[in-house]
Amino acid sequence: MKATVLVRPKTGILDPQGEAVERALEHLGFAVSGARVGKVVDLEVSADDEAGARAQVERMCEQLLANPLIESYEIELHGDV
Amino acid sequence: MAMSRPQPRIGVVTYPGSQDDRDALWALGALDAEAVPVWHEERELPSLDAVVLPGGFSYGDYLRCGAIARFSPATAAVCAFADQGGLVLGICNGFQVLCEAGLLPGALLRNESLRFVCRDVPVRVERSDTPFTTRCDAGQTLVIPVKHGDGRYVPPTDLDPAQIVFRYRDNPNGSVDDIAGVCNETGNVLGLMPHPEHAVDPLLGSADGALILVSLVEAARDRALASV
Repeated sequence: MKATVLVRPKTGILDPQGEAVERALEHLGFAVSGARVGKVVDLEVSADDEAGARAQVERMCEQLLANPLIESYEIELHGDV
Repeated sequence: MAMSRPQPRIGVVTYPGSQDDRDALWALGALDAEAVPVWHEERELPSLDAVVLPGGFSYGDYLRCGAIARFSPATAAVCAFADQGGLVLGICNGFQVLCEAGLLPGALLRNESLRFVCRDVPVRVERSDTPFTTRCDAGQTLVIPVKHGDGRYVPPTDLDPAQIVFRYRDNPNGSVDDIAGVCNETGNVLGLMPHPEHAVDPLLGSADGALILVSLVEAARDRALASV
């Protein structure tokens, strides 16, 4: 099953990359605010069902993909097993 | 001298991408330690009185700085060594590895300026009662170089202020509360972003870093003597 993990800087954590992107977008004439820059991890996971896949990816996030002190994560599962 | 002074054995771990391991080995040797190279694949440490995790870009710093190095066999051995009270010093990338491994609280993020900083910075010693700072005075300012792109320290909300060992006097990276270095609760593990191993001789612009490394060498020597 394909999974996408979205990793974001936690609310309250200063994100200078997001600020730089926001300034650049303003420079291009867009009216934007609240830009934050995170990461996307796409992966394929073998599991019997969606619950099993989600449980595995949760563990990946806790152990490696996100640092819980500074990052939040969101898991999206796509397609059939 | 009545007794011969044994040289303490201090290991320096080399990960793929470590850069400052040779400088750390050289500096420790120059400061009267037996510096022992430790390869990242070693599952057990040789007999050591202290360990240094050096600066660099371990495993390319992929994902997050130090995130992959945390899983190397040598890091597991260093964690076991620290759990038994062993002295561990993490410098720059080594500090990042210790945070990712959970030996130290907090995390290190991209510099607020988004720029790599490489310059001498004044650093205030907050505590002189750790094994890494006995040769310093509390309140003393050391001039030591930093060179990093990801040095903005973010502490956990419950960090005990007593764990802050060094603060920047001129914050180069946006670290919360100007924190430049922290120790664990028991004081046997220290991480800092400035590079003491690059400041051990006036020829290098400053010898202030030697105060930290000599403190470590002497603490390690005490342990070597105690174990004889």
